[in-house]
Amino acid sequence: MRLSNLWVHLLLILASLVVAFPLLVAFVFSTQTPAEIFRYPPKFWIGSALWDNYARVWTEFNLGLYMKNSAIVAVAVTVGKTAISFLAALALVYFRMPLKGAVFWFILLTLMMPTEIMIVALFELVSGIGWANSYAALIVPFLASATGTFLFRQQFRQIPRSLVDAALIDGVGPLRFAWSVLLPMSMNTVAAMAVIEFVYMWNQYLWPLVIIREGERQVVQVGLRMLTSGQDATNWGLVMAGAVVALLPALVVFLLLQEQLGRGFALSEEKG
Amino acid sequence: MERDDRAVFRRPVMAWALLLPTLVILSLFLYYPTIQTFLLSFYQVNFALIFADKIFVGLENYKTVFTDPVYRRVLLNTLLFSGSVVALSLVTGLALAVLANQKVRGARVYRLLLIWPYALSPAVAGVIFLFLFNPQAGVVNYVLGEVFGVRPDWLTDPRLAFLVVVLTAVWKNVGYNVVFYLAALQNLPGEVLEAALVDGATPWQRFFRITLPLLSPMTFFLLVMNSIYAFFDTFAIIDLITRGGPNGATNTLIYSIYRDGFEFFNTGMAAAQSVVLFVGVVLLTMVQFRFGERRVHYGG
Repeated sequence: MRLSNLWVHLLLILASLVVAFPLLVAFVFSTQTPAEIFRYPPKFWIGSALWDNYARVWTEFNLGLYMKNSAIVAVAVTVGKTAISFLAALALVYFRMPLKGAVFWFILLTLMMPTEIMIVALFELVSGIGWANSYAALIVPFLASATGTFLFRQQFRQIPRSLVDAALIDGVGPLRFAWSVLLPMSMNTVAAMAVIEFVYMWNQYLWPLVIIREGERQVVQVGLRMLTSGQDATNWGLVMAGAVVALLPALVVFLLLQEQLGRGFALSEEKG
Repeated sequence: MERDDRAVFRRPVMAWALLLPTLVILSLFLYYPTIQTFLLSFYQVNFALIFADKIFVGLENYKTVFTDPVYRRVLLNTLLFSGSVVALSLVTGLALAVLANQKVRGARVYRLLLIWPYALSPAVAGVIFLFLFNPQAGVVNYVLGEVFGVRPDWLTDPRLAFLVVVLTAVWKNVGYNVVFYLAALQNLPGEVLEAALVDGATPWQRFFRITLPLLSPMTFFLLVMNSIYAFFDTFAIIDLITRGGPNGATNTLIYSIYRDGFEFFNTGMAAAQSVVLFVGVVLLTMVQFRFGERRVHYGG
């Protein structure tokens, strides 16, 4: 048993290193000057430009501004979509209403319509409204989704029926019931939503690339593109610093909430 | 559909009000543009002129997609690229999830070290691999040069460039698969595996005869999610590493849609290719509904 345990450890360490390798390389070279990066043989250790590279991408290459824009968009969509999906699921699970089956399918079918598939028509629509180069263009189209609605619906259907019966008998209205019973019991789902949506929005690239044409409102992922194309001879230290900075917020949110992601998902899978 | 026994509130007006934000946004920003995309695909639109010309051309754009050599190459690239990315991501993801599921000391730390790429963006993965495979300064060529004495020019050789974008796409995607496979592995019915152990099944037999079939609903789910990822989200990777080159070798549908739509202003062609991709997504989703659901009831 001990031998096989040792093998498992060795394999796990090896796998972790292989997965982490590109990021480790990115970090090491993000601290080096162009001269250090192009020297032969390369040095795999912290270089002399750590502070300099990060400060320069942040101010000179505007990553600070892009990070702020990404944060505004990602937080707004995460909060808005969580609230809107929660309300939609509340109606789908706890209300008797005509045409519910149709509404269910109407929402479900949008699972097959990623934004990128209709990018040309969406561009025409959103710039037609006059939203080009605005936060609204990056936020509003993403405020509702089938994923969010069905995550909450799944969660509500695992909350014992007796609770809503009790609420009905006590004369508690649906909104009070949602606020004081459903919401506290759905915090795992809220956390799972927060990770999925924050990471999804933070990492968006194609839509901001086409709809935002002014630097003022651009997001950090597209900022990386400007880093690679904006210089004559690419300064890789700066580009790697940009990559590390752009990765960090999504990574932190993910690491903080990843257990809820697994748990929220395990529950819904069990039900099929 | 489902037991509707929790639907106790009889206030249809309030129910519609609760659904209103969702329905409005989905109609306006998903359904309407999707329908528009279908309509646009029957026109030839040219914005290069000051007055946008819009001529009805019927199925002409589709004919071009399926007969023009450039577009046929795009279709072939998309199939090869998506197939490679999905197959490699699934196999790697499952292998890593099985490893991360071992009950050893420090399992929680190992787990984190294997799932963190979930948070990676395609753009971040793209610029990092662009550097790794840089012919002069990249680490890959340094190692290859030292060990084998070769320093390939990765991004000017069509096959090598294709390989680089595939590897980048897999690296970014693997964390996602580990997260979901791990959740599925931890949900497997322990009794079945124990019974097999008692019956003297070897670890390989247990894995291929029991674990793998039990994981098939998850595999179908991930097959669809990974295909959608390969179709769309890899745009940033291709845009940052190869711009579709060299010589169109990494030009996939989503990249071609972007170029036609936003660089060549050939909206009709972009829309027609979008519809082709849409049909692909619909077919995949139907496969998942059909085969993913049938075996999903193992949990009880």
